[in-house]
Amino acid sequence: MRGIVSTGVYIPRQRLERRAIADAHAWALPGLRAQAKGARAFCSWDEDVVTLAVEAGRDCLRAAHRAAVRQLRIASTTFPYADLQHGSIVAAALDLRTDLEALDCANTQRAATSALIDALQSGRPGSTLLVGSDAPQARAGSDQEMQYGAAAAAVLIGSEQVQARLLGTRSETAPFIDHFRRRTDRYDYYWEERWIRDEGYLKLLAGNLRALLDEQEVAATQVAHFVLASPLDGIAGAVARKLGIAADAVVDSLASDCGYSGAAHPLLMLAAALERARPGDRVLVAGFGQGSDALLFEATELVAGSSRCRPVARALARRKTETAYLRMLSCSGQLEYAWGMRSEKDAKTALTQQYRAADQMFGFVGGGCRQCGTAQFPRLGKCVNPACQASNTLDPLPLADEPARVLTFTVDLLQYTPSPPFNFGLVQFDNGARVMMEIVDADPETLAVGLPLRMVFRIKERDGLRHYDRYFWKAAPAAQGEG
Amino acid sequence: MAGGIRDKVAIIGMGCTRFGERWDAGSEHLLVEAFDEALADAGVEKARIDAAWYGSCLDQVNVGNSAIPLSSALRLDGIPVTRVENLCASGTEALRGAVYAVAAGAADVALAAGCEKLKDTGYGGLPVGSKGTLNDLWMPYGSAPGNFAQLAAGYRAKHRLDRDTLKRAMAHVSWKSHQNGVNNPKAHLRKVVSMEAILKAPLIAEPLGLFDCCGVSDGAACAIVTTPDIARGLGKSDLVTVKALQLSASSGVEFSFHSWDGSYVANTRNAARRAYQEAGIEHPRRQLSLMEVHDCFSITELVTMEDLFVSEEGGAVRDVLDGFFDAVGGLPCQIDGGLKCFGHPIGASGLRMVYEVYQQLLGRAGERQLRSPSVGLTHNLGGAPFNGVSAVGIFGLYAA
Repeated sequence: MRGIVSTGVYIPRQRLERRAIADAHAWALPGLRAQAKGARAFCSWDEDVVTLAVEAGRDCLRAAHRAAVRQLRIASTTFPYADLQHGSIVAAALDLRTDLEALDCANTQRAATSALIDALQSGRPGSTLLVGSDAPQARAGSDQEMQYGAAAAAVLIGSEQVQARLLGTRSETAPFIDHFRRRTDRYDYYWEERWIRDEGYLKLLAGNLRALLDEQEVAATQVAHFVLASPLDGIAGAVARKLGIAADAVVDSLASDCGYSGAAHPLLMLAAALERARPGDRVLVAGFGQGSDALLFEATELVAGSSRCRPVARALARRKTETAYLRMLSCSGQLEYAWGMRSEKDAKTALTQQYRAADQMFGFVGGGCRQCGTAQFPRLGKCVNPACQASNTLDPLPLADEPARVLTFTVDLLQYTPSPPFNFGLVQFDNGARVMMEIVDADPETLAVGLPLRMVFRIKERDGLRHYDRYFWKAAPAAQGEG
Repeated sequence: MAGGIRDKVAIIGMGCTRFGERWDAGSEHLLVEAFDEALADAGVEKARIDAAWYGSCLDQVNVGNSAIPLSSALRLDGIPVTRVENLCASGTEALRGAVYAVAAGAADVALAAGCEKLKDTGYGGLPVGSKGTLNDLWMPYGSAPGNFAQLAAGYRAKHRLDRDTLKRAMAHVSWKSHQNGVNNPKAHLRKVVSMEAILKAPLIAEPLGLFDCCGVSDGAACAIVTTPDIARGLGKSDLVTVKALQLSASSGVEFSFHSWDGSYVANTRNAARRAYQEAGIEHPRRQLSLMEVHDCFSITELVTMEDLFVSEEGGAVRDVLDGFFDAVGGLPCQIDGGLKCFGHPIGASGLRMVYEVYQQLLGRAGERQLRSPSVGLTHNLGGAPFNGVSAVGIFGLYAA
């Protein structure tokens, strides 16, 4: 039986204080003050479901063998494209094998839990990487604006070295439409909260969960960790009470530091549960949306041993408190700023060129010279070493996980960027490669020559005319919130 | 190294427009303004021009690509006209083409022209276009000041220099050019600025402030070149000849290999070494009478003093603060105000530098005339410190 081998998490660094949202709306909606607690994560202008998924995937795969991944599943309700397999970009960025089965799973809040069930029950060879990644948007002044966040969580599913093995699953499907969003719309349309709670969570979902526990002959009191993701406050506790699950088994919703991250949230909370789980613990996971998914796991001996990685704790710690509400609106494209003529540059991507250089641009794979050993980026026809300059001797050399430092930099206040100032500089990798890069997630005053950096996958440029986003890698301070 | 072009070609006529916000003139007017001055100075018939080279950088702004903007502006009928583009060094590149044609004997009289009409962009600063489909995918496109500000970081790290000292030396570079620009009726910015105002100006790209950046201007400049023999035949007595014209373009070493420390401009060093050899100059600090360097940003000029081997490595800060490059210093630099105050219409800038050296050598520089200069250097830099083009020209009075 397959189980969960490892987990990985990414939460965008920027966390907007909910008080700032409430203050901005106080003139019209003073009632929002009641929800003005904690902070919610939001994507910078250069982050989306794809970049979030890549970072969560990297976090998950660090210890595992990438070559073993034979299936990739990305689950989201906010994929940027209607026709473009997002998994193909994530796979290229993660430098996964090319004989890979990839599938995007969408259109419901339980996209990730359904994909998890499918992967766990699959008899396919190798392992499956499942990434839930979502950045739901909400209308200004709505409850959802307070409740929603953004995050990605990755789960590696395999049959060896599992930290949680599957005991069983149960799914139900029903046309219970508590909210919806057409493909052309930006925001969800919600029905009354009391109906969603009573008829949806407490009746439909609770019934399915109870049925699974009965099938598995597990008492509700034996559940040590109960994962139920919901944008609604207190729902998980209410369902637990109804089923007889202990209150302290209810896994925290991460509302105070992240917010509800749509289809990604059940996996995010599952990762949090596994951080605390002990061998033998029963973990009950729920997915809700037009019916429900229920999954029951048992933690193995390896769960404690994998405490090296506490992905959720690490992702939560890597944070920057934001109080500028308009920054969130601008980053999400909900507010059009007057960036001036400098922002009018055409950003058309030559798709032919992008494909020729696909491993370099998506995977940050540079070149290592067969003749002289020089590491370099980009991979051109001739080696850059003046003492070598051999033709066509560059073998692929991944740079994404190589340590690097700032060699030169500036804080550019003139260059257009949707998140001023534009920080960039020469990045010197320890292996000798050198790349001029944008530096993100850095407070300008902390930049210095010699500052250690790590690489992050981001949107390099958005093409406002054709609506195609060009992805590449940027550098970020390495030490930030680590450990 | 081959024999080079030292003393094979004389400049017999030069023209340069007033630089600045020329709302009154398009490139077609600016080119005529510069050309008419050069032709009158040369005292030759337009029909004697055998070939022409035209330097412009940003064809997406008004001027357009190909040689046609020049050939139609000047009505150059039936002769070969070539457009060259090598970033901000395009003006020097145009001159190199004309000089090489004469030196080769392919042309008796050749024209070099450069022009840029930057004030048709709709905002201050340079437009950013594509840098090629591959670079577009990964290269971060910072602003021009952002690119050159990288030098300050590299220079400070290498020489363990505190920010304030470097800021003061950079401010002196700009202060000096503002002092000089006042005396140049063709300069874009003709106003003295205090050190305090320079140091307190708003930041553009750390550590460069507003006054660390040159003006963005419209303008054109021209040179007419021929052999010294033909020049003599035209009745010219004092001749300015080309002693050297060299150029170096990045091969990727600075920003893709690990050897460069980020504190200097390798291309300038390469071009300077070759130019000094071509001109037979062994001690530039003593032998040069004046320099017009590419002070797109104050940090560029400061570092260039070392890259041209005029200051010791790490010694430019002291030389600058000592006033060695001031109008009354040991080696005046930017006596015409430089890019900082004369202005920087990209394609014209390389020729504008030569224009000043030419006027100074011939004793025609009016209020800013230096005392009996004999050899002048121009340094024209394009792109970025980590990936660019540097051109170095040396010009002097003809001795033979």
